[in-house]
Amino acid sequence: MIRLEKRPSPSRVWTAATPVLAVALTMVAGGVLFAMLGKDPVAAIRIIFWDPLFNEQFASYSRPQLLVKAGPLILIAIGLSLGFRAGIWNIGAEGQYIIGALSGAGVALALYPLEAWFVFPLMVIAGGLGGWAWAMIPAILKTRFRTNEILVSLLLVYVAEQILAAMALGLMRNPEGGGFPGSRNLQQYPAAANTELIANSGMHWGVVAAFVAVIAAYVLLNRHMLGFQIRLTGQSPRAARFAGVNPNGLVLFCLGASGALAGLAGLFEVSGPAGQVSIDFNQGYGFTAIIVAFLGRLNPVGILLAGLLMALTYIGGELAQFMLNLPAAAIQAFQGMLLFFLLGLDVLTNYRLRWGKREIA
Amino acid sequence: MDLSAIDPVILIASLMVASTPILLAATGELIVEKSGVLNLGVEGMMITGAICGFAASVQTGSPALGFLAAIIGGAALSMIFGLLTQVLMSNQVATGLALTLFGLGLSALIGQGYAGMKPPPTRPLDLGVLSDLPVIGKIVFSHDAMVYVSLALVALVWAFLRYTRAGLILRAVGESHEAAHALGYKVVRIRLMAIGFGGAMAGLGGAYLSLIRVPQWTEGMTAGAGWIALALVVFASWRPWRLLLGAYLFGGITVLQLNLQAAGVAVPAEFLSATPYLVTILVLVLMSADRSRAALHAPADLGKTFHASS
Repeated sequence: MIRLEKRPSPSRVWTAATPVLAVALTMVAGGVLFAMLGKDPVAAIRIIFWDPLFNEQFASYSRPQLLVKAGPLILIAIGLSLGFRAGIWNIGAEGQYIIGALSGAGVALALYPLEAWFVFPLMVIAGGLGGWAWAMIPAILKTRFRTNEILVSLLLVYVAEQILAAMALGLMRNPEGGGFPGSRNLQQYPAAANTELIANSGMHWGVVAAFVAVIAAYVLLNRHMLGFQIRLTGQSPRAARFAGVNPNGLVLFCLGASGALAGLAGLFEVSGPAGQVSIDFNQGYGFTAIIVAFLGRLNPVGILLAGLLMALTYIGGELAQFMLNLPAAAIQAFQGMLLFFLLGLDVLTNYRLRWGKREIA
Repeated sequence: MDLSAIDPVILIASLMVASTPILLAATGELIVEKSGVLNLGVEGMMITGAICGFAASVQTGSPALGFLAAIIGGAALSMIFGLLTQVLMSNQVATGLALTLFGLGLSALIGQGYAGMKPPPTRPLDLGVLSDLPVIGKIVFSHDAMVYVSLALVALVWAFLRYTRAGLILRAVGESHEAAHALGYKVVRIRLMAIGFGGAMAGLGGAYLSLIRVPQWTEGMTAGAGWIALALVVFASWRPWRLLLGAYLFGGITVLQLNLQAAGVAVPAEFLSATPYLVTILVLVLMSADRSRAALHAPADLGKTFHASS
């Protein structure tokens, strides 16, 4: 009979080991899933995790894609992790991502065809502000009316999607686009384009921002009073109250920061890899980033690694779609499974397994 | 614009159909939350139920078997959540989110090849004379059986919580798992049963969507219905009859905005499509602003992890 005994403090070894173990178990379970779909499981796993990086034929295309996909995931996940640590659940990053992209693209489209150095910086500011403002809705409702931020932030994703559709079909539609939905292509507007900084590396301003965010979050959490307050609130809200933490201020900060970062991610995407505002512009980065945040143990460095790994499954998934005819949804299920394993294995971090009979208390 | 094209009788009749999926899912979640568990995976279980029910009824030609498959599918998925949160004691919020993400992927995977198909039709129940009554007959007595089943389930859940011993135990577990445990009740087992019931109801709601309301299968077709069901439980302050009121209010707004779109009101269609979500947020704010009421009815141990130390 196995018994669980609570550890006095979470095990450091298991904190680091569970993500690795979870990935390994997901590979096994994913292999079973792929086999049930009638695909060769070993080949599928190899195509997803190995070929994008090392296959001679595909790697030259896939490697830059790694940074392109990891950039927004890391940027959003860093923001989310701050709130998650303090028990503030922003799960509407997808909506903040859309609104950020729309605000930034709106600035560019309004200034078109002005060629000036300040166009792109203005867009960045607008993008961040847009995401921040969208996240302020659940934040203010939470602080003023104690409304559940989980439900409000999530419901606002659907509202943002409707706004996106209205914009792509109406206000932001390309006047020279022959009536097709979608805005002008920002890649063809040099002052507004978020171009690759180093050719064929996938490095664009969004990736730079992601790296900056990782460092900033690390400093914040380890060296700053606010970071201490965030961690304290997550561990014991009551103790935090006694220590003088202002819970409302923390809600505003955490939701605001995650919203702004998600908005920035949206802006860098719309002006870079995506290029234009279109109806299906959002690809679910805001939701996948939740997995990234947990997989990275809500730790900035961990999130960096988790973001790269998650980006790999995206690219590998596309490759497997093309090579094995593996359905796109299989990768989504695969990513969900990863989170299950991770959450399940966390029991080892917080509890010790004891074998033997239950003694009488 | 022609508002006279909107027939109030048909409007109210379709309101009942529109609110049935979320009513079913919310009734299930009510039981889950009453037992002290917060399962945010309703959306994932609903969509899984939608495709399980759709696939099964297309394969067998029987809507009834479809609904059965949806119940099994939803409950099976909820057991993943149950295992993780009750046995492995994972965080309920995170696990619920994972369940939604996984359910959306899994359903899309199962649903390949089912897009564009028609499910076997479900006939409205023939209630004889009642269905022929003017106005009332059309509004209340000319629906499919599931509409009445959902109403019966609300009544059952209400009676269960209010009048039965098992209902009392369930509530006790939700209010204080430590005390319930000390009294010798199996907290984990009771919660697992509640979670399973919640999953089955969410699956049923999803299948109603894909088999009767739409009726078709498209990826992500629940479009937030599961989240609205979650909001509905808060709106109802954990009381079954208020759930019915909330569901019909929401169904009314959904149907009304669809009718307004069809009538060509001079408001962008996207704005009208967003109204159900906006109204849900508004209602949540109104409910939570009333401090005394929100705090009074929420189960005290909602969302807390239970670990029997002795």
